This record gives sequence, structure tokens and C-alpha cells, in this order.
Amino acid sequence: MKEIREKHSLAMRWTHWVNFPILTIMIWSGLLIYWANDEYRITLFGHTFFRFFPEWFYKWLKVPSHLAEGLSFHFFFMWFFTLNGFFYILYTIFSGDWKELVPQKKSFKEALLVVLHDLHIIKIAPPQNKYNAAQRIAYTSIIIMGLGSVLTGLAIYKPVQFNGLVWFFGGYHFARIIHFVLTLGYVFFFIIHIVQVILAGWNNFRSVVSGFEIVQTEPMVTEPILLNTEPNPSETPIEPERQNFLLDTMQEFKNPSEKELDKPDQSNSLH
Amino acid sequence: MENSQEEKPKEIQSLDQKIKRRNFISFTTFFVLGGAGLGAWKWLLNSPIEPSGGITGGTRVPLRRALNTTELAFRRFFSPNHLVKTYPKSMAAKKVRQNSDIGLDDKSFSLENWKLSVEKENKNFLTLGIDEIKAFPKTEIVFDFKCVEGWDQIQYWGGIRFIDFIEHFKLSDYTQYKYVGMETPDKNYYVGLDMESALHPQTILAYEMNGKPIPMNHGAPLRLIIPVKYGIKNIKRIGKISFSNERPRDYWAESGYDYYSGL
Repeated sequence: MKEIREKHSLAMRWTHWVNFPILTIMIWSGLLIYWANDEYRITLFGHTFFRFFPEWFYKWLKVPSHLAEGLSFHFFFMWFFTLNGFFYILYTIFSGDWKELVPQKKSFKEALLVVLHDLHIIKIAPPQNKYNAAQRIAYTSIIIMGLGSVLTGLAIYKPVQFNGLVWFFGGYHFARIIHFVLTLGYVFFFIIHIVQVILAGWNNFRSVVSGFEIVQTEPMVTEPILLNTEPNPSETPIEPERQNFLLDTMQEFKNPSEKELDKPDQSNSLH
Repeated sequence: MENSQEEKPKEIQSLDQKIKRRNFISFTTFFVLGGAGLGAWKWLLNSPIEPSGGITGGTRVPLRRALNTTELAFRRFFSPNHLVKTYPKSMAAKKVRQNSDIGLDDKSFSLENWKLSVEKENKNFLTLGIDEIKAFPKTEIVFDFKCVEGWDQIQYWGGIRFIDFIEHFKLSDYTQYKYVGMETPDKNYYVGLDMESALHPQTILAYEMNGKPIPMNHGAPLRLIIPVKYGIKNIKRIGKISFSNERPRDYWAESGYDYYSGL
């Protein structure tokens, strides 16, 4: 039986799709700003391993050296980035959706299993629910990162007026580095996100546009009577395979955590 | 039994219809709004650049409007009590970074003939030599000088606080104006400052760098050190100071930068 299952709220879908182009513009204009003084590099024991960014990178992205242009875009779209994120956080708190999002105690252990499962190292996938453990961690992190970008951004934008914030982020230099590294984090997140969305398939993608997923309800679950009755020889004999499955199911009902672990047919990706 | 069997395919169909309907509505909305967003972006990208000859220039008109509105929002957070962090003198850079020569390349300029002129009402000028300015108590500051390009450097400057300068030369009436304008003697570099930033207790008319008279390339004999602004507002070799209620002309604001450029 097919069934519609509501997955993502309208507010979540709106803020997700509003955020995507705005964050893209923020990263692009941020790159224009960074290029005016591109001094960050990874240096260990006097050897520079990577320079942000090599010449070919700017050429490849066709990023021009336009500091003023970058600033004017950055300081316009920062409002929308902040307001959109602020609205999402408020909604998530007051709607109670945070319960599905924020990592639980067990999430950190389970997330490892999700990663091992996604890499095809183990076969058993931890429970999916709305978000699996790895998703909970990833999506909560990305919200905290967004907050971090706004606050470090504010610190380096008005370092005198918000000098307490500058102090909190370890000074002007360090706040700038955090702001920069968070951006690298978004790009890294984006790559994994896209791969996982493709792997998870259409049903999952559609739910972020239209809000619902189509689930196949299992007939077994709809016949609970069988679970509560002793097998009666006078009735139609149950095939041995089916009987085993029933017994397993009964066992799982006694021990719900194990039952969840064996739940089949759910996508377990981190998207 | 018969009834329910008849209804069953109908139910499935209506579920499929429901899915179809919801998909149609949400994806239509998605693409229409996505298209509208793309259209708005194209409009912004292709919007006209400010006409030249104005106080600000070089950026797209809607973005300039946004910069000016953002300035108003952030000026609410400005307070003369918010001070820039200061450092011990030992942390100040020995080799002070110099980024720009604009306004300094007049070959006929001589330090001996330099005078600061302060434009007063009715075209009256107050003309001051460097010794008259040095006669008043000196204020020193070691702070992190920040360039709009992204670099910063701890520097050590000394001079007269602008607020003290105003007081000593009896210019207090002029603080009623909204803006202060400053320009180099050759008028090739010029900045406009909002009055509250100019009167900030750490704003200095500097004549010393690292405890010695300012070298020529750093704006001898008198330059502005205004820690609540990016470096672009820290004009070198000040020739003239004026007051106005309209924004004075500003070199980098004409080239697409934010007029306020406050920190």
C-alpha cells in the first residue's frame, strides 16, 4: 500500500531554498573580498602545503579582482542570510521540529554506523526516522556554522562596536580565519550533500520541495492480531519462512531498539 | 464486501491524484519562485552604475542604497564609549605598511610651507602651522590598523585628539555640523567623516609615528588616524579641514566603496 507521509514543513522548505542562492552569493562575494588580500595558507614546519587560492582557481571561477563590488554584495545579502537563518531557527524551536534534528546521546555512535553503512562496510543501517544520526549531526552543525558565520562576520565587520564579540572569537585575526574556514566547511558540506541527495533518490528530493514522501506500508504491520495469538493448528498452516519472520517480529516487539535496527527499506543516507 | 472492493481502486486513484496535485502545486511554485529569484538577480546584476560626478559612485544603484541603509542601521550601535583595543608599544610594527601615494605625489610640496587651513563660516580660514598644533598635549595610541583589503597591522601613532583640537582652537560650534571633510594640499585625496566618528576619543590628528615625526610617505606633517574607520579614511598629509551638513566628497566612496566604512 502506498501512503503519503508528511516529512518537511513548509517553513523548512522555504528557508532551505531561500538559503541556497543566498549562501552561494555570500560565498562568491566573500571570495571577491578575500582575493584583495589572499594571504591564508597551510604552513607546517616552514613548508607551505597549500595556498588559498592558487592562481588557476580564480581563473577557473572567473572571479575578478573587485573588492568594492564584493563588499557591496556581501553587505546587502548578509541581511537576507541572517534573517532567513533567524526565522528557521525560531521556527524549529517553537514548532518542536528540533526534536527530530538535534543529535541525541546515541547519535554520535550511530552516526559512525551510518557512515560505515553508506561506505558499504557494514550491512545493517541504524534507524532512519526523519533524519538518521549522521544527518542530525550534519544538519545541526550546519545551523551552528551559519550562526558562527553571522557572529564572526559581525565581529570582523564592526570590530570596534562589537569588540566583545571579537574577544570571544579570539581576536580579529582568528575571527577572520573562523569566518573563512566556515566557508570552506559549507563547500565541503555542499559536495557531500549533493552526492547523498543523488544517492537517496527522487522520493527524498521531492520531499524537500513538496513536503511529503511516499512510503510503502508493510502488510505485516497491519495485521497485529497474528502476533498476539498462539499458532493454532486448526487454522491454515503458516509457512515455515513466514513463521520465522513472525517470531522475529514478536521478538522485536519485546525489544524495540533491536527492531529498529533491522527495519528494512529505508534510505539511510546522509543528505 | 462488494462495496469496499469497488471503492478500493478509487481510493488508490485518488491517492495518486492527490500526489499528482501536490507535486504539481509545489513544483510549479518552486519553479515560478525560482525563476522570479533568478530574474531579480539578473535585474540586480544589470542595474545601472551610479552616475559619475556624485558624492558616491562606482557601484550599482540598488546596492548603494543598501549600503546607505545598512550604514543607518549600524550607526545605532556606534558609541564614543566603544574603544578600539590598544596594545603595548613593544607590539607596534617597526616597518609600517604603506598602501597608497594618492595625494602625496606633488613634487613642489615642501614641509616648511605647509599650513593647515580650517574652513570656517563665511569663507574665513583658520590657518595653523605644525608647531601651533604640537603646542597642545600629545595623545598616543597603539592599535590594530585595519585595511579594507583585509590586512591589519599594530601601529603606534601620536598627535592631538581631534576632539581636543576642536576645543583648543575654539571650533566647538562647528560640531553641530553633521560631517567633517578633509583633503590633501593638492586636493587629489579627500575623505568625508561623520561628526560622531571624528569626535571619537581615539581619533587623532597625528604628527608622530613610532615616536618620531611622520615620514613623508606616511603623510607628513599631519595625517588622520581614525581607528573607528578603515584605512581608506585615514587621510595622509591633511591640507584642509571643513565642516558641512552634506556628505563631503570622498575618494573611495566615488569608486564603489561604502561611504561610512566604519568599524
